[in-house]
This record gives sequence, structure tokens and C-alpha cells, in this order.
Amino acid sequence: MKECVGMLLAGGEGKRLGKLTKEVAKPAVHFGGKYRIIDFTLSNCTNSGIHTLGVMTQYSPLELNKHIGSGKPWDLHRQDGGVTILSPYTAQSGGSWYSGTADAIYQNIHFIDQHDPEYVLVISGDHIYQMDYNALLEEHKQSKADVTISVIPVPWEEASRFGILNTTDDLRIYEFDEKPKKPKSNLASMGIYMFTWKTLKAYLLEDTKNKYSSHDFGKDIIPAMLADDRRLYAYRFKGYWKDVGTVQSYWEANMDLLDEDWRLSLTNKTLMLYSNDSDFPPQFIAETGIVKHSLINSGCWVFGTVEHSVLFQHVVIEEGSYIHQSILHPGVKVGRNSILERVIVMENTEIPEDTFIRIGFDEEPLVIDEENLYEILHEKTGGVI
Amino acid sequence: MNTMMGLINLEHEHHFFHELTYFRNGASVPFAGRYRLIDFTLSNMVNSNIEEVAVFTRNKYRSLMDHLGTGQNWELDRRNGGLFVLPPDWNDPSDISKGDLQFFHNNRDYFYRGKASYVLISGSQFIANMDYKEAFKYHLERKADVTLISTMIDNEQPEHERCLRIEADDLGWVKNITNNKSNPLLFTGVYIINKDLLMTLVDQCIAHHQDYFFIQGIKENLSGLKVQTYEYKGYSAFINSIESYYRHNMNLLSEKNYKALFYKQPFVRTKVGSYPPATYRSCANVKKSLLANGCVIDGKVEGSILFRGVTIKEGATIKDSIIMQRCTIEPGVYLENVILDKDVHIKANQRFIGSKDKPYVVAKRKEM
Repeated sequence: MKECVGMLLAGGEGKRLGKLTKEVAKPAVHFGGKYRIIDFTLSNCTNSGIHTLGVMTQYSPLELNKHIGSGKPWDLHRQDGGVTILSPYTAQSGGSWYSGTADAIYQNIHFIDQHDPEYVLVISGDHIYQMDYNALLEEHKQSKADVTISVIPVPWEEASRFGILNTTDDLRIYEFDEKPKKPKSNLASMGIYMFTWKTLKAYLLEDTKNKYSSHDFGKDIIPAMLADDRRLYAYRFKGYWKDVGTVQSYWEANMDLLDEDWRLSLTNKTLMLYSNDSDFPPQFIAETGIVKHSLINSGCWVFGTVEHSVLFQHVVIEEGSYIHQSILHPGVKVGRNSILERVIVMENTEIPEDTFIRIGFDEEPLVIDEENLYEILHEKTGGVI
Repeated sequence: MNTMMGLINLEHEHHFFHELTYFRNGASVPFAGRYRLIDFTLSNMVNSNIEEVAVFTRNKYRSLMDHLGTGQNWELDRRNGGLFVLPPDWNDPSDISKGDLQFFHNNRDYFYRGKASYVLISGSQFIANMDYKEAFKYHLERKADVTLISTMIDNEQPEHERCLRIEADDLGWVKNITNNKSNPLLFTGVYIINKDLLMTLVDQCIAHHQDYFFIQGIKENLSGLKVQTYEYKGYSAFINSIESYYRHNMNLLSEKNYKALFYKQPFVRTKVGSYPPATYRSCANVKKSLLANGCVIDGKVEGSILFRGVTIKEGATIKDSIIMQRCTIEPGVYLENVILDKDVHIKANQRFIGSKDKPYVVAKRKEM
């Protein structure tokens, strides 16, 4: 028997990320110069001692499956437990895609029951945060809750963009407001749920019979539990948390890594961030290179200027080029005398010499790949110098 | 079947790296920002489809063992074959073998059991990114007993002094192996030998109370063997002293040399870490340098090599230096021609200056 099994939802398409998720699931999108978004939650599990983890994949899973592999970088390659990829399947009773977050768990009840846990942690692989889930589990046990939902205070003016939890003073949840026009609280749900498995299982079995349900935790399961007057508690998380749901927020979260005083740090010793490491040699900064306020991964060659930017492995910046507030994915090459500002360049894209692409401060950063590069060069945002 | 196994023989390698080899052998001296010297030959072997590698090591091998682990970083953690670190047996009273012959003798079964019928033997001090398959093909074509891999040098450097020179005829048959300094064709220490012959020669050497397989089994036995030489023509370096170690690190700061050694896929492999990408802060001023992941730079770095996890605080200057893993340099420090071994901490506002011929070396874990 396991005390707690983790269930990581990683099947999301992330439509609002546009080109970034054209070929990969949102959790597999590159992040922070070396990582993929899912590394944060996978590492959180490792750091919290959750060694039995199911990862539910659905949308474009190839890169994601390859990235997770046997789970070795996260010490999740174990005989007993470890990481298991749970894809939608067919069986004698038929089969279907995961139709919602709750349905994904429902379809894997047999996986969870194999491990016979007391508690199930439901998390999603598309948020950026570093957290020890043990603290959440401890509170869950102490309050004898049926579910404990991790919350984070958000600025009041933004509260209407989130799922808001209204609680009593002792953090018992009495109401769940999805994107309220007039929020009563500023505690937003982080999409992190610690369930008592027996209770959750009963609700999942009930929910699946309901034809009108969207089989979603936020829309169906939690409201149903509230209606039954179950014990729902909030857990206040202190630290950095970001849902990188849009290109803008993806870009911001990367830029947050460059902020020295920011709460998001890749060098956190107690909550280490793990990922696959590459065999690229050390980065080469040439005589003409200038690098400031940036994150640069191995295998990069910098002959030009890089400021406030994130460079993944094996990026080449030729002489005379200027990169500012941009994110360059693995294998990107920037030819001589080019200027890139506030852009995200996708894997292996080659930016020709004398390219000029500058996105204004009030606009959403531009995602560039080989497909739209030509168009961009002939539009007003960019051009040839 | 015509396959090779690899053997990295560290027995007769001298540890001329002073402070750097106080607590480790030469093979595990860190090199080029994230590697150890042994990584080059080991990666070459793996990248040349060698699936079984043995290592002879006698002393100061804790750091080496830690680095090699199960061989997983070289994909040598296998069900069949893989990595074998073979220590000698010191306690066998009937054992009369000496030197590297002791390793062969004590691990006789290992050699007989392996499937490969050829052995590629190498040290760790010849650095190159080389495809051994080419040399092996040559060895088979020429039907040689032994093929010595050689390289031609343009100008004689101090590190070449200890290298053996090869004299061969037009067909590549080796006539003599000498110490003649005017001969620019150097033996790289890498050679291919037929396994059965290897074991026969080992027995002969032991019977004659000898202690150095290559010298007595091959060099002094040339007339009885068909020995070929295969010339390697790519970028290479011999590293066997602090001075040559420093110079060859610095040579990698030229784009051409860096590319020649590293940008030939598959890459040189090493033990991976979990450091984040290098972080450049607002006062970072880095020119002509190699930096590994995990570095946090807020000072001036010029013509230097920084290993993983080095911290350079604001206002510090690092010039023409090698800074190994996890060193911390406090504000206002000035370093020039310095080699800092791992975990060194340089406190604020100090100056350390060495010379190019004699870099100032600081041993591991010192606080200055």
C-alpha cells in the first residue's frame, strides 16, 4: 500500500499557446533554457517523495513520452511504482479519449487501485512552480478533509480571471467561483488537489454516470462535493506559481527567471529542478560576444550581443546580431547583423542575415518558426535592414 | 566475429599534474569546462561501436570510479559487455607478475570470456575526437598483428618529450620505435592488437619477469611481430603536465580548435549533472571564454574556462584562467593565469597572478 499516488494530467493541447504547441503537448514545451514545462511538476514529485506517479497523456505525446522515458532524471525509474505513462486505451468494454480531467482519472482507477493509496494527488503538468507536496498532505490529514486544494492569493483586479475559492477563516471552502465578475476572495485555485482516495473514487464513479457532466474537476467534481457538504479545505501556497497558458504568460515566466530577486529560481537547493541533460560541450562566448542578464545553455555560440534573453542548447548568434528579451529554442541559428526583440524562436529555425524583427512592448511576443518566418520578414513587424 | 573491446590502461601513466593529482589520477583530471581526460578515449571507444571497455587502475582512483559510475553516461551499463574497472589483486602469493602485466594476469578469465577478438588499448593522455573504426578497418586490411595509431606533429612541445616516435617503411610496417626527438611521427599510446596474440605475449612477458607490456611485449619484440602504423590526422593534444594541461585548455578558446575537438557528432560524453543553464547577471562581461552550465556570472571573464557551478561575483576579474567546478570568487578579486581546482573559495579583494609557463595552481577545497 502506498500512502499517496500522484496523478499528473499532461494531455492538454494548450490551444492558446498557438505555434508553441503545434507539435507537442503543452507540458512538453521548452522552458527556461534547458527544461520542459513538465519538469517542474515531475521534480516536485521527486522532491516530495512521491515515487508512484501516473502521467496521463493524450495530445501529441511523442516528445513528452520520449522526454519522460523511464523517469531516470527524476529518480522515477523504479521497480515498485515509479512513473507510468497512462495513455487513453481500448478494452473489451470499448474505449474513448479522455473527455475531461476527471474522466482521465476515472479511466485509470485500476492503476490507482493497484497501488491502493490512502490519498491521491492530482496535478497538471503545465504550471510553473516549486512546491513540497508533503506540506499539503500534512494539512489535508490534519483537517481530515475529503479534498484539500492548493490556493494562491492573486491581485484583486485579476481575480476574475481565475477559479476563486471562498473560504471561512479556518480555510474551509464553502463556495467555488469560476471566473467571478465580482470576486469575494482573491484565493485562486492552482489546480493542485489532494484527495482522500475513497471519497474521490466514489465521486468519479457517480460522475461518469451523469450524461450532462463535462467530467472536469473544477466544473463537476468539486461542485458536487460542495453540494454534499463534504470537507473541502484550502491550502495557502507561498511562492511563485504561474499558469503558462498564453504566449504572453509563457514569455513572462521565462523572463521571470532572469530576475535576480524573483521567487522563481533554478538554483533552489531544497527543491532541485531535474531534467534530461544533453551532451553538448560548454558554451562558447567569442571575443565579440556580449551577454548580460541572460540564461544560456551548453552548446551555444555567441558572437553577437544577447541581453535579457533565454538561449536553449546549441543556439548560434553570429557577429553583429542583437538579441533582446527573446527566447531561442534548441538549435536556433541567427545570422549576422540581425536584430530580434521580444520574440520566441522555435527549434532549429534559421534566421537569415540582416533580419529585423521587433515586437512592441504592448504587443504579445511573436512566435517564429520556419513556416511563418518568410511572411514575417515581409510584414511591418520585421524586415530586412 | 571481428569486433574490438576497449582497454584503458592507466598503469604506466605518470601523475605530473602536481596539485591536480594529489587526490586523483591523471585520467580523472577535469578538462575543458565539463570533462575529465578519460572521457575522450572512452567516448571515442563508445562512438566507434565498442561495447565493452575495461579500465586498469591502481591508485588514487576514487574520483575516477565516481566519475565512471556504472558507465551509464557512455551507455556502458549493459547486460552484455559494458564497463569493467579491473583492479589488481595484491594478495596472491603465487603471483609473480608485475606492472600492467599483473592486471592482465589477474583478469585473464575476463579477457578469455569476452566475445571480441581484438583489443584496442589506450591511455588517457592523448586527447582527440577520433573514429577508431577507421583504424580498425585498416588493421584488418593490412592483416597486421598490431596497429599503432600515430600522429604527425608540426612543432615540438615539451609534452612530446615523453612520447615514443615511430619509424615505418612506405607500406606502413613499423621498423623501429624510438625516443628520437627529430622524428615528428608520434605514437599516440593507442593501438589495436589481436586478443589471442595479446594473451600469448602477456604470458611470455610474465615468464621473463617483465613489467611493462607495451615496451617489453611489443617495442622490444618488433622483429617477431607484424606491426603497422595508422596515422591519425585530426586535432589532437598530448596532456601530461600542468603546463601542457593549461596550454591545451587555452587552445580550445580558438573557434577552430573548439570545433575540431567538440563539433564532430556523436559528441564527447561525460558524467551529466543537473545544473541549470549559465546565468549572466547585469555586470557580466564575458569574452573569449568557455562556460559550463550552473555558472552565475556577475564579473569580468576573459580568455578563461569555467566549469560547472562556478560563481563569479560582481567586480571580480578572471583572466586567462581555469576555474573548476563549484568555485566561488568574491567581489574585487583579480585572477590571471590561475588554475583553481574544485570547490575553491577566493575571498574578496585578493590578487593571484601566475605565468603562462607556470600557472598558479590552487588545490581542491582551499579557502584563500
